[in-house]
Amino acid sequence: MFQTADMFKAFAPYRGNAVVIPGRGGRHWINLSDKPDRDVPLGDPAMGGHASFALGLALARPDEKIILFDSEGDILMNMGALPTIAEKDPKNFYHFVLDNGVYATTGGQPVPNAENIQYDVIAKGSGYPSTYAFDNLEDFANNIEEILSKPGPVFVTMKVVPEVENVPIGQRVRWQKKTRDQTIADLQKDLGPRKS
Amino acid sequence: MADQEGGFSPQTIIDHLKANNVTHVVWLPDSETNFLYVLLQEEPSLDLIAVSREGQAFSTASGLSVGGAKPVILIQNTGLLESGDSLRGWVMGMNIPVVLMVGYRGWTRHGVDTDTAATYTEHFLHAFGIKYYLVESDADADRIAVAFERAESTKQPVAVLIGDEFHGFVQRNPNQY
Repeated sequence: MFQTADMFKAFAPYRGNAVVIPGRGGRHWINLSDKPDRDVPLGDPAMGGHASFALGLALARPDEKIILFDSEGDILMNMGALPTIAEKDPKNFYHFVLDNGVYATTGGQPVPNAENIQYDVIAKGSGYPSTYAFDNLEDFANNIEEILSKPGPVFVTMKVVPEVENVPIGQRVRWQKKTRDQTIADLQKDLGPRKS
Repeated sequence: MADQEGGFSPQTIIDHLKANNVTHVVWLPDSETNFLYVLLQEEPSLDLIAVSREGQAFSTASGLSVGGAKPVILIQNTGLLESGDSLRGWVMGMNIPVVLMVGYRGWTRHGVDTDTAATYTEHFLHAFGIKYYLVESDADADRIAVAFERAESTKQPVAVLIGDEFHGFVQRNPNQY
């Protein structure tokens, strides 16, 4: 098990020009990123939808590398997204999952069967051609360059330390630097018009 | 099956999707739109994305739209009822101009619902403040273009309810499918 912040530090040198959807670990990414207009910290529009959103973005922009940092709670809420991703087979899609085993934003209650579930096996069974699972930072850091050099869709699950929040939602400090609308506008400006 | 007067041709919908520059159809099977699916598979200008629960359709469409594509969502009203939070967060909350083509299971023009899915469909759309248009036949099909225009001008989802009076689309040629 390793820290999300350390994972992002290991990932950062290999980001290249990719679009990054940092998901629930975004607070640790936002100050590391050197391309904020290509970051898509959406917060939580509706739980369980990040993977499908990233798929849509990857299909709309096949020439751009799309990197998602999803969570196991989101995966569990919409596991049916995995076969859709595998079927569409986006070569530019990299699907990382932060597995802390709990619903961290609601107080740290465990997700169903947290100790035994194998997300990489589920992804493999759904049809992802490349899957990885890491439970220590050194292995992750040693493999990140290879992972990002493979054709997608690639699935990578990582056991990370829970960062439980017990403060009521209305009292939490907002870590995003931009509104959601501004985030999307900046991304679209940076990407430019879509090739039909 | 012979053509029925007032029937709805799936080709009519395909024509409207193409006329409105739709790029992707995010879809889950339903009995009202099955014949449309057969034609969609044969239409090279439209990329079909099959989802396994309707809520996925909204987040998928959101990503497509943010990326500059033009999706349409093709689902049944049962799935629409299931999808409330995704509709709220991924489409309405992100100002996504998308048309939802919704098979209106259980609806009849006689005011007698044959399924509670129909009973709640329009209440659901009203609750979310989503404008909708009922399309029963080719004669109503211009409403599809109106739906696309409204979605674009409001940057919000607009629904087209596909009436089930004739149990879905007219099967023009029984040997074709």
